[in-house]
Amino acid sequence: MRVNWVASKVLITLFLIILGSSLNNHILAAERLKLGTTTSTENSGLLNVLIPPFEKKTGIKVDVISVGTGKALKLGENGDVDVVLVHDRNSEYEFVLKEFGVNRKEVMYNDFILIGPKDDPAGIRRSKTISEAFQKIYNQKAPFISRGDDSGTYKKEMKIWRTTKIPRNTCYLKPQGSWYKDAGQSMETVIFMADNLNAYTLADRATYIALKKKIHLNIIYQKDSELRNPYGIIAVNPAIHKGINYQGAMSLINWITSKEGQQIIKSYKISGQQLFYPVAAH
Amino acid sequence: MLLSAIEKSYILLTTFDKNLYEIVFITLKITIFSIIIASCFSIPLAIAIDLMSSKSRRVLIAILNSLLAIPTVVIGLTVYMFISRSGPFGEYNLLFTPMAVVIGQIVLAIPIITTIILAGFTKTDRLLHETLITLGANKFDLMKALFHENKPLILSAILAGFGRVIAEVGISMMLGGNIRGYTRTITTAIAFETGKGEFAMGISLGIILILLAVLINFTVYLTFKNEYILRDA
Repeated sequence: MRVNWVASKVLITLFLIILGSSLNNHILAAERLKLGTTTSTENSGLLNVLIPPFEKKTGIKVDVISVGTGKALKLGENGDVDVVLVHDRNSEYEFVLKEFGVNRKEVMYNDFILIGPKDDPAGIRRSKTISEAFQKIYNQKAPFISRGDDSGTYKKEMKIWRTTKIPRNTCYLKPQGSWYKDAGQSMETVIFMADNLNAYTLADRATYIALKKKIHLNIIYQKDSELRNPYGIIAVNPAIHKGINYQGAMSLINWITSKEGQQIIKSYKISGQQLFYPVAAH
Repeated sequence: MLLSAIEKSYILLTTFDKNLYEIVFITLKITIFSIIIASCFSIPLAIAIDLMSSKSRRVLIAILNSLLAIPTVVIGLTVYMFISRSGPFGEYNLLFTPMAVVIGQIVLAIPIITTIILAGFTKTDRLLHETLITLGANKFDLMKALFHENKPLILSAILAGFGRVIAEVGISMMLGGNIRGYTRTITTAIAFETGKGEFAMGISLGIILILLAVLINFTVYLTFKNEYILRDA
């Protein structure tokens, strides 16, 4: 009995050591780089084709943490990621201006689209501008789902509401009413919500194309210059926090903006449709 | 849609889809590690509390019981603030690693395992203590005796903790970051795949989660069948 007990103790200790080291060897074996990005880049599958060649080439493992643009920049500000790939120019400039980030580069763009029920109950298909389309949604009190988070899409939505003539509460620069729903969810979830509630929503084209087969919503309005959606990549300033992988961040930025990286972005398609348009000048 | 999702999930399960089993493997690794560490704290803690005077024992049990009510997202948030690079332990680079999830899960599991063991102890014979003390046992001997007398109870407490921890999503999502092939666990993957409308993967992972629970509970039952029978009689 005693021998048994000792043996089991030894076994448990050995097991713990093996398990612990197997959890840790990810950290020790390879250099890791944390990329804070938006759900649109990961869930559209772009990063699944863009990252592996980089990992192979440099031996750096990239940990993708996909959240909204606002959250990704916040992670960068706190030093919890090494590099951010996001889509809201104003916040990006602010991020660099406040010296949380350095070496901002333009990567690619796609565009936002207004999606909604096929029969377009608010009759906005023929609007001349996106601002007019939003105004009609407001006038008809047509159900609208908003991201309601700090994402790039949400910030774009707010910008568009500001161009309309709707009266606003001075505290909240957004429409009020039961037709307007603040979801506080990811792009995918919001699209599914809109699909289930027969509502309109502003979405990025990449996510919409990726989900197209699973929903009934159609594109109601698109192709306004106002709806361009540019993505930028920024290295987190290594001077602010200890332990930022700045070297890794720079090699990722160089890879994504290189000819090869840009070519991968250009040729990435879902059901024959190109999702992102590269812009990095070379 | 439901039928085709179930059909696809059957295919994923039977063809041993690589992504699916990678997620299961990572989950088991993280959860088993957290539970072993949590047990190392919980078992001595429970035994020590049981040997205390009845007043302090009741106070500590009340504290532990209230800890049970803390939602996982609050544990996630608290640990997050400590291990973020802008927090006090930022230099250890823990956030968004499996170790971060382990830390959160240990915090979650300790009150669970401890309270279950303590609840079971109240059923053991108080006379055992007195007999042992009259036979000249010191505190340490008493603790050892309590442990040996209650092995099945302790094991079932550990497994209950395991069941709770493997099923939680708040801590793994907030502290692990749902990184593919690194911190993506069964529950975070289900949340993620459902968000993308990929129900088949979610269903498959759900089935595995249920199978694991059944497997664990039957192992306990079969291992301690005789002892349970003895106790009931």
